[in-house]
Amino acid sequence: MSSEHEQSNHAANGDHHHPAHLAHHFETPEQQFESGKLGMWVFLATEILMFGGLFCAYAIYRGNHQDVFLYGYGALDKMWGATNTVVLLASSLTMAWGVRAAQKGQQKLLVAMLIATFMGGVGFMCIKGVEYQQKWKHNLFPGTMNAFYYEGGQAKYPEKLKHAIEFIDGRNSGGEASGGGGHAPAGHESTDDSKPVEHSDTVEADSASPVIIPAVFGAPADVSTIKPPANPTEQGVLDSAIDQAGDGSTPSAAHTQILWNDLSGAEQKKVHLFFGIYFMMTGLHGLHVLIGMVLIAWLTFKAFKGQFSKDYFAPVDIGGLYWHLVDLIWIFLFPLLYLIH
Amino acid sequence: MSVIQDPVNAGVTSGQQEPGGTNYINHSKGALSWLLTLDHKRIGLMYMVMVLAAFLLGGSFAVALRTLLFLRAAPDVAPMTPASQDLYNQFFTLHGAILVFMFIIPAVPAILGNMILPLMLGAKDVAFPRLNLLSWYCYMAGGGFFLYVLLSGGLDTGWTFYTPYSTSTNTSVAAATLGAFVLGFSSILTGLNFIATIHMLRPPGMGWFQMPLFLWALYATSVIQVLATPVLAITLLLLFAERVLHVGIFDPALGGDPVLFQHFFWFYSHPAVYIMILPAMGIISELMATFCRRQIFGYSFIAFSSIAIALLGFLVWGHHMYTTQSAMANAVFSLITFSVAIPSAIKVFNWLATMYKGSISLATPMLYSLAFIWLFTIGGLTGVFLGSLSLDIMAHDTTFVVAHFHSVMVGSMLTAFLGGMYYWWPKMFGKMYNETVAKVAWFLIFIGFNLTFFVLFVAGSQGMPRRYADFLPEFAIYHKISTVGSYVLAIGLFLVLYNWIHSLLAGRKAPQNPWGGNTLEWHTSSPPPHENFIEEPFVSEPYQMHAWDYDESIDGYVFNRARAEELEKQGHH
Amino acid sequence: MLAILAQADKTFFLPPARSTVAGLHDGLYNFVLWMSVIWLVLIAGLMVYFVIKYRRKSPNDKPVGPTHSTAIELGWTLPPLILVMVIFVWGFRGFLQMNQAPNGAYQVIVSASKWNWAFTYGRGEKDSVLHVPVDTPISLVLTSSDVIHSFYVPEFRIKRDVVPGRYNKTWFQATEIGEYNLFCAEYCGQQHSQMITKVVVESRDDFLAYLEERGKWWEGKSPVEVGQTVWNDNGCKQCHSVEDADGTGPKWNDVFGAERKFADGTTRIADEDYIRDSILNPGKNVVQGFDNVMPTSQGQIKDPEITGVIEYLKSISKNFDGQLLEPFPVTVPAEDGGTPGAQE
Repeated sequence: MSSEHEQSNHAANGDHHHPAHLAHHFETPEQQFESGKLGMWVFLATEILMFGGLFCAYAIYRGNHQDVFLYGYGALDKMWGATNTVVLLASSLTMAWGVRAAQKGQQKLLVAMLIATFMGGVGFMCIKGVEYQQKWKHNLFPGTMNAFYYEGGQAKYPEKLKHAIEFIDGRNSGGEASGGGGHAPAGHESTDDSKPVEHSDTVEADSASPVIIPAVFGAPADVSTIKPPANPTEQGVLDSAIDQAGDGSTPSAAHTQILWNDLSGAEQKKVHLFFGIYFMMTGLHGLHVLIGMVLIAWLTFKAFKGQFSKDYFAPVDIGGLYWHLVDLIWIFLFPLLYLIH
Repeated sequence: MSVIQDPVNAGVTSGQQEPGGTNYINHSKGALSWLLTLDHKRIGLMYMVMVLAAFLLGGSFAVALRTLLFLRAAPDVAPMTPASQDLYNQFFTLHGAILVFMFIIPAVPAILGNMILPLMLGAKDVAFPRLNLLSWYCYMAGGGFFLYVLLSGGLDTGWTFYTPYSTSTNTSVAAATLGAFVLGFSSILTGLNFIATIHMLRPPGMGWFQMPLFLWALYATSVIQVLATPVLAITLLLLFAERVLHVGIFDPALGGDPVLFQHFFWFYSHPAVYIMILPAMGIISELMATFCRRQIFGYSFIAFSSIAIALLGFLVWGHHMYTTQSAMANAVFSLITFSVAIPSAIKVFNWLATMYKGSISLATPMLYSLAFIWLFTIGGLTGVFLGSLSLDIMAHDTTFVVAHFHSVMVGSMLTAFLGGMYYWWPKMFGKMYNETVAKVAWFLIFIGFNLTFFVLFVAGSQGMPRRYADFLPEFAIYHKISTVGSYVLAIGLFLVLYNWIHSLLAGRKAPQNPWGGNTLEWHTSSPPPHENFIEEPFVSEPYQMHAWDYDESIDGYVFNRARAEELEKQGHH
Repeated sequence: MLAILAQADKTFFLPPARSTVAGLHDGLYNFVLWMSVIWLVLIAGLMVYFVIKYRRKSPNDKPVGPTHSTAIELGWTLPPLILVMVIFVWGFRGFLQMNQAPNGAYQVIVSASKWNWAFTYGRGEKDSVLHVPVDTPISLVLTSSDVIHSFYVPEFRIKRDVVPGRYNKTWFQATEIGEYNLFCAEYCGQQHSQMITKVVVESRDDFLAYLEERGKWWEGKSPVEVGQTVWNDNGCKQCHSVEDADGTGPKWNDVFGAERKFADGTTRIADEDYIRDSILNPGKNVVQGFDNVMPTSQGQIKDPEITGVIEYLKSISKNFDGQLLEPFPVTVPAEDGGTPGAQE
C-alpha cells in the first residue's frame, strides 16, 4: 500500500532517510510493513467470516438432510478433488519459498517461485473446470437448470432427472450399472407413501391435505365436549406429522451407498440443494483463486522488474498470506464436500 | 513524529493565517485532484457530500410515506388502491434501505471518522490511503446500484429482504442486494483502515488509554464492521443466487429454510445497529468533555463499555426472531440482550457524572448531546420492553418497534451526528455557523422527533402493526400527530442544511480552536494543512483542557504550552 | 355492540386484556413502563439540574470534578443489572405460559396466504373469520402457502410468525365474548395492511351452532349466493373486483364466456373448466398483464363452493344468458352428528 507519488516531496527532506517505497504518512519501513501485514490479517478475518457463513449453511443443511448430502457426494470425483488439494498445497509451498527468496533478495528464485505458484493456480482452475464440465454433462447445474430441480412438486426435467439418477446411482453402487435408477420416477411415488409427512410435501396447501387434514378432522370427534381428543393416536399422528415437518427429514443410519430410492420423496426434491451449495462454495472459492492469481501475476511483474529487495518485500509477504488463506479454505472445503460420509 | 516542513507549500502565500500557507481544501485544484485524492480529509468531504445526498433522498421517502399515511386518515381524498399500497411499500422500503446502508452506517465513520481520526492521532493520514479512496468508490458504486433500483421498478421487500418474499417479488431485489454488497465492501475497507491506523499510527506518548474516546468508539465500530459485514456479504450473495439461479437455500418452496436467512441477516444487522450507535456515543463523549470543560468521568469504563457492546452485540441477533424460533433460543438471546443494556447505561451515567461540577456551555453541539441523552435513554428503556420475551411477543412488528429503533438510530445517532458536524464544522471548513439559526433548528428537530415517535410507541402498544399502508380508524389520530411531527423534524433538518450552506458562503472565519477542546485536531489550523500538522502537536491527556486560554479577539482558545507541560507533569504524579 | 363492549377497559397504552395470558403481560408492561418513567425523569432531571447549576460562568473556567470512582461505577451498574435480570425472568415466565398450550386445547388450523386468513376446524369446516368458544384453550397450527405472515391479536397479547415450510404453533384462551381484530404482523407484500380479519369469541353454544352451520353452509342456498360468499370470505375480493376495475388480479364481471388472452400468447374461452382450473391451478393460465401471484385453493375449497363461484361469475357476465343452477339440496343430519363427507 505504498504511495509513491509523494516521494519527491520527501526526497528533499533532510531530517531522516525516507526510502522510495515508504509512503509519506509512515515514519519507518517497519511501521509500514507492520501496518500492511496487520491490514491483510484483518482482511483475512473478513474472508474467513464470509466463508464461515457458507460453512454454516452447509452444516445446517447437512445436519437436516443427511441422506441428501450422502447421495449428492456420489456425483463428486474424489480423485480430482485430491489432485487439486495437492496442487494447491504445492503452490502454497512455492509461495512460501518465494517469500523466503524475497527476504533474502534472491531475485531470480523469487520470479521462478511466483511463476510456479501462478501455474499452481492455473492447474487448480483447469481441474476445477474439468470437474464442473463433468457435472454439467449430467445437467448438474446450480439452481433451476439442475436435473434434480422440482417445481410445484413435479420434476422439471423428467428425462434429465432419470439420466442424472442413473449417473449418481451408478457411482454410489460402486461403479455398477444403474441399479435402481431406471424406475426412479415410479419409485419416488411409492417412497412418498412409505414415509410419513415431509417438509416440502406440506409446504403447498394442496399436498398438505391428504395427510394433515384427515388427521385433524379425526381429532376432536365430538366438538360439544371440547376436551382432550377422544382418539389419542390420531392426535399423536398429527403431532408427529407436524414435528417431523418442522424438523426436516429424519436422518437415517449413515451408510455410504445411498441410492435414489433410499431417499424419501421430500428428500428427493432437495437433492438440487446439494448442488446449489456445492457450486456456491466451490464457485466462491474459485473466484478467490482467480483474484489470488491476478495478485501473483502483479507480484511477478514487479519482481521481474526488480522492485523487491532485502529491504522491501512487503507486497510478496502480504500477497503470500492471501494465497495461503485461499489454500486453507480449500483444505476445509475438500473434506467437507468430497470426503465426509 | 518528526517535524516536517512541507517543501511544496513553503513560501506559498495565501489568505490563511497559518505559516504553511495553503490548507487541504485549496492545496491543489481541479476535479481530478479531488477524485484521485488520497487525503483522508478530502475523502471525508467527498463522503460528506454523497452521504448527505443519500440522507436527503432517504429522508424524503420518510416524509412521503408519512404523508401517504396522513392522507389515509381521509379515505375520500386518497382511496386505497393496489397502486397506492405499492407506493407505500416502495416508500418505506427505499426509506429504510437507503438510510441504513447509505446514511446511518457510513455517516459517522466515513465522514467524521475519516476527517478527524488521523488528526486526533496526530498522523498525516490513515494507514491505507488508497483503500480509503477505494472505499469511497465502492460507496459510489453501491449508490449507483440503488439509483438503478429506483429507476427500474423500485424495491418493496423492506430493508430486511426477508425470504421468501424477496425471492418472489418482481421488484429489483437483485440490484439492491448487489448494491448493499458493494456498500458492505466500502464499510469493510473503512473499518480495516481504522483498525490498522489506530494500531500503527498512534503518536509517541499516546497509549491506548490516552486515546480520545471517539477513537475507542471508532475502533470498536471497526471491529464490528470487519467481523459482521462479511456475513452480510455472503447472505446477500446467497440471496442474489437465490433470485438469479433459484438455488433454494432460503426458499421453502425449493426445500430451503427462510428462517436461516433471518439468522444470517440479523447476525450482521444486529451488530450493524452498534456500527450505527457506537461512533455516535464516541462523539457524545467528546462533546461532553469539551462543553463541560473538564476531564471526562470514568474514561476507562466508557472505553471498555464500547468494546463490551461490540462483543456482546454479536450474540444477540436472535432477539429479532422471538416470534419465530424455539423457546430455548429465545431465553438465551433475551438474557444476553439484557446484558447489553448495562454497558449502554454505564455510558449514560458517566456522561451525567461528567456534567457534575463542570462548566457547562450550551453551544449547539452540547444541545445535541443533551438531546442525545434524552432520546437514547428513551430508546434504551423501550429496548428493555423489547428484550423481555413476553412483552416483545406483543410489541414485535408493531410501530412500537419502529419508534424504538428510530429513537436509537435516528434520535440518538442523528443528534450525535449533527452535534459532531457542528462541533467539527469549524475545523473542517474554517468557517463558523450562525449560532441562533443552529439553536432554532435544534429545537425544531428535538420537538419534531419526539412528536413523531412518541405517538408511535402508543399506537404500537395498542396493536398497530408496522409496514401498514392502511390502518383501522382507531389508529388515525396517532398517524396524524406523527405526520405533523415528521414535518416539524424535516423543517428543522432543512434549517440545518441552510445554516451549513450559509456558513460555507458567508460564515465568519473560524479560529483554530473555537471550543477549547484538547484532542489533537484542535492543535492544528482550521482548516488543517494538506498533511495535517505543520508542527508536531503536543500530546497530553486528551481532556486536559485547562492549558487552553480563551482569547476574545479571535473568539477562540489559545494553547499555553508551558502550562500544558506543567499540568502534564502534575498528571503523572 | 360487541365491539364497543370489547373496547371497554382500554388504557392509554394497552388495548383491553381479553385472554388468560394478557394479565401477566400487562403486569410486566406496567412495571417496565413505570420503571422507565422513573429512570427517564431521574436522568433528565439530573441533566437539567446540572445544566443550570453548573452553567458556564466564564470561558476560562477551570472546573475540577471527580474523574473516576470504581465504587460509584459499581454502584450504578448493579441496580440496573438486578432490575433487568428480574425483568428477564418475569418476561421468560410469561413467555413460557404464552408458548405452552394446555393439554386438550381445541385445535384450529390457520392457513395464511397473500392476503387472506383461512381457519379450518375439527371436521373440515372452514371460514375466513376465526370463531372460538369463550373460556376454552384454543391451540393454533399455523401454515403459510407463500411468504411469511404473522398471526397477531393485540387483545390476546399473542403473536406468532406463520412460516412457509414449517408448522408453528401458538395458543390462547379468550376470556370475554366479543369481536377482536386479527392482524398480519409480518410484512407480506402489496396488501399486507388489508390482511386483517376478526376473531369472534362466542359462547360455547353459539360456537357449536356456528360449526354446525359452517359444515354445510351452502345447503339450501343458491349457487350464485354461495359463489358471492366465497368471493367475499375466501379473499378473492382482495384482488378480483366485480365492479369493472382490474386490481392485483383481473376483474370478475363479464369474464365468463369471454376469450382470455394469456401471458404466453395463447387464448382460451372462459368456460366452467377454465374457471375451475384458475381456482385450483392459477399458474397454468396467467392472464396477460397480470403477475402469477395467486395461491392455489386446492384442498381449501369444496366442490359446491367451486360450483358456486362458476355460477356467480355467470350471473355477473353479459356473455352468459343461460339458466343458473338450482339451490343446493339440504341434507338431513345423520344420527351421530354427522361424519365428514356425509354432507357432500
